[in-house]
Amino acid sequence: MAVVIVDGQEVVLGADERLNCIEAARRAGKEIPHYCWHPGLSVVASCRMCLIETGQRDAATGKVTMVPKLVPGCQTPVKDGTVIVTESEKVKESRARVEESLLINHPIDCPICDKAGECLLQDYHFEHGQPERRADIHAFTSRKRDVGPTISLFVDRCIMCTRCVRFTREVSGTGELMVTSRGAKEEIDIFPGFPLDNKLAGNVVDLCPVGALGDKDFLYQQRVWFLKREANVCGGCSAGCSIYTEHNQDTVYRLKPRENAHVNTWWICDEGRYGWHHLHDSARILEASHRVTQAPGGNGHEALPFQPVEWTDVVTGVRAELTKAGRLAVAVSPMLTVEEAWMLCAVARSIDSQAFLALGHVPVAGDDETFPGGFTIRGEKCPNRKGVEEVLAVFGSGGHSWHDLVAHIAAGHADAAWITAGYPTSWIDQAQAQAFTGLPCLVVQDLFDSPLSAQATWRLPAAGFAERAGTWVNVAHHAQSFRQAIRPPAGVWPEGRLFWNMLGRRGLYDAATIRRELAGQSAALAALGADVPATGVDLRVRQLA
Amino acid sequence: MTPFKPVLLEAVGVPDGYTLASYRSRGGYAPLEATLKQKQPADVVELVKSSGLRGRGGAGFSTGLKWTFLPKDHPGPIYLCINADESEPGTFNNRILMEDDPHQVIEGIILSAFATRASTAYIYLRYEYPHSWHRLQGAIDECYAAGLVGKNILGSGFSLDIYLHRGAAAYICGEETGLIESLEGKRAWPRIKPPFPAIEGLFKKPTVVNNIETMACVAQIARRGVEWFKSIGVPADPNNPRDPGSYGPKLYCLSGHVEKPGCYEAPLGITLRELVDHFGGGVWKGRRAKAAIPGGISMGLMTEAEFDTPLDFAGPGRVGCLGLGTAAVVVIDDQTSIVDFLHNSCRFFAHESCGQCTPCREGTSWSLRMLERIRAGKGRLKDLDLLLELGNTMGMMPGSTICGLADGAAWPIKNAINKFRGEFEDHIKRTNPGGWMVTDPVPALQIVGAH
Repeated sequence: MAVVIVDGQEVVLGADERLNCIEAARRAGKEIPHYCWHPGLSVVASCRMCLIETGQRDAATGKVTMVPKLVPGCQTPVKDGTVIVTESEKVKESRARVEESLLINHPIDCPICDKAGECLLQDYHFEHGQPERRADIHAFTSRKRDVGPTISLFVDRCIMCTRCVRFTREVSGTGELMVTSRGAKEEIDIFPGFPLDNKLAGNVVDLCPVGALGDKDFLYQQRVWFLKREANVCGGCSAGCSIYTEHNQDTVYRLKPRENAHVNTWWICDEGRYGWHHLHDSARILEASHRVTQAPGGNGHEALPFQPVEWTDVVTGVRAELTKAGRLAVAVSPMLTVEEAWMLCAVARSIDSQAFLALGHVPVAGDDETFPGGFTIRGEKCPNRKGVEEVLAVFGSGGHSWHDLVAHIAAGHADAAWITAGYPTSWIDQAQAQAFTGLPCLVVQDLFDSPLSAQATWRLPAAGFAERAGTWVNVAHHAQSFRQAIRPPAGVWPEGRLFWNMLGRRGLYDAATIRRELAGQSAALAALGADVPATGVDLRVRQLA
Repeated sequence: MTPFKPVLLEAVGVPDGYTLASYRSRGGYAPLEATLKQKQPADVVELVKSSGLRGRGGAGFSTGLKWTFLPKDHPGPIYLCINADESEPGTFNNRILMEDDPHQVIEGIILSAFATRASTAYIYLRYEYPHSWHRLQGAIDECYAAGLVGKNILGSGFSLDIYLHRGAAAYICGEETGLIESLEGKRAWPRIKPPFPAIEGLFKKPTVVNNIETMACVAQIARRGVEWFKSIGVPADPNNPRDPGSYGPKLYCLSGHVEKPGCYEAPLGITLRELVDHFGGGVWKGRRAKAAIPGGISMGLMTEAEFDTPLDFAGPGRVGCLGLGTAAVVVIDDQTSIVDFLHNSCRFFAHESCGQCTPCREGTSWSLRMLERIRAGKGRLKDLDLLLELGNTMGMMPGSTICGLADGAAWPIKNAINKFRGEFEDHIKRTNPGGWMVTDPVPALQIVGAH
């Protein structure tokens, strides 16, 4: 058992832990400032901000021998008896000098810099810097150039930590970025004709400790101190990356990766990162509406127009109309949370105890793509297929796919259909929608209009990922629960709220209540019965235990 | 001083001395043949270790000891890199060896490769030496043709390939891990240590990096023996257990304000004054010396009063210099401004700092900015304190940088200001009578690029 002494405080490490001084000090609640070090990248020890004093305590005598010179905390592994001093005068002076050095050629244009408020250079300067400038004053330049379609480089703000360069070499494996020139004149740049344009490129902006790399999607949109963040899960693919949804006044401004060793480590892909714009798309279905009969499928009759319906009338009307119609078929979308899917199935079975329950359409785009750093983008573009499958198994309907459902309806086995969708992109064509023609009752819940919603008798809006609450189970059976980040647009009830009310429950939809209930009914989902930690739970591990 | 017959520079002045035939006629490659036939690699390591040979590249680390750091029974490959990126200002001894006696160097390389069990050797040659490049490549080609390099050398079963790699002109490529990075085709940013190159070097394999002159010394030790080598130089200081002594002949590069600049071979331990007077013909134009760089600009500055310091590995350190370095002596006469000297030094290091570590990248450029201002008559006394603070805090020794470039940049600053503070203060007060006492930040001047 290794014991490390951080500023006189003993920290006990686990048996097989290999930590550097920064990580060990963090255990003792001491933050060693650093720029170039990142746990997901190789160690270069070049910023010299993490210089500390170290020593070794003799196990037998307890005598401490200090190393005479400062050492970088990032590069120095700890072992039993390692002594770390993070607050000596020598260390403080060294930090102040590094801060001073970094500001000599920095434009200090914080008022117009997007990073202000979440900038390490700024934070460390207040904490460790010198109160006044000693270097000569010179007119600062503010040069900016595009390094890729999504990213701008503010050249003079860069402190040359090279995190971005290492990311493109070690994680994305694309190597677009490099360092040019030498000494104080050096700059980050791309190779001529090879822009920073890979599927993980946006991560370099998160990695940048200062305002040098700017995301054009976010640039000048919002001051970071106005943003609120909610721990969320990306709905872009079945990897289910942990993210923060950063928003203000129910508007999402950006998504950031949330560290989760079990899922996405420190990264997210650009597809996920920019995959929130549909939330604020003006083409979204924004009100519940109804019409008496379905539009005839191309036999010349005019479709009756939709009439807006109050949500309270939807709750009763949908149930009444589906009950009246008879045999029910339901598509449970893999965009729904586990809780929503469970409630939907419960509602459906309360209307028709023999209701045909099937997994909704599973969008797929290409194969899984794994990068040299181990990060994988999944080809399956929905977040919760595994979770919905487990819920369907609870209701004895496991194994039915979307195609089974279409065939079921085409064969005339159903009189009514309830299709949940909620896909951010178009997903059904005219030919497939044709199978639903002539159903006396067709409920469609979706984000956008489609050939299917054009035939609906109930056209209901769906919620986007940040507007839901519940649990998604990713491709590796890892379940993550999350809360609603933003309220949906006025007039939209998230699916959970509708199903909750259709089940006749009182009060507001509470995902945790449902989660506990369904955990009791499914061995596969039993792990959800306890509180789910922020990084989620592996459903299979609990089953083995 | 006692007469000394050059050994390393034996071929200088000999017609066609650079050819294989000439080298053989002087007894060359016979020691190699004997070694390959009769000895084991460990014997050669022991030979070099017992000779007390210290690396000639600047740091003065024991060559034989360095070789023993290689892992035992490593399956290979092990690489031998020869540092011919001679870029320390004032230094040109490697160039003389490569141009006038390349075979002496190559024999040393083959012996060293045999000792370290390396089957590949890379010579990293600085870009600015085209003549050395032609001579070395010609010599390597001759060796391949004569079976001295290549497969199964002289029937001994030992094989060695030597590649001559030409750098792209950067001072930092002379730092051993910077050199390795550059050889691998990367930007020459020195690596963090550990792991040291002997454990994980070129292409992540055990690697030894040695200097050209060290290789020539290895060849001479193999030819003339340990006794001969140890008979030259300065024995270890009995009062200093950490001093291994400075043995053997050394090539001193003498330049600057002397009558006869050049590369001279002398026993280690010759004093700077002897070097200037005996070999250099004294300070030029009948002037007096003001100061001298003892071993390349990064070693700092000796005043004229310190000229009796012996130029062995321990000598310059006793008068506040960084060390012997490359033994490149640059003499500065009494008509030269130390302010100008320091400005030139700072300009060099600001230009050559690789830019990896913050203290060096920003410190070298900041010191240049201050010197530019002082030279332009806008200096302040406070600048001297700032310069000294920079000098005292950047470098491997205080722990603020990865490699020694910053130490090399810091030493001239420290030595010049500590040893010539009066001259700096006079200059500042004389040229900036209205502003020398200002302590608030002042506007910067436009820096004119070094190139």
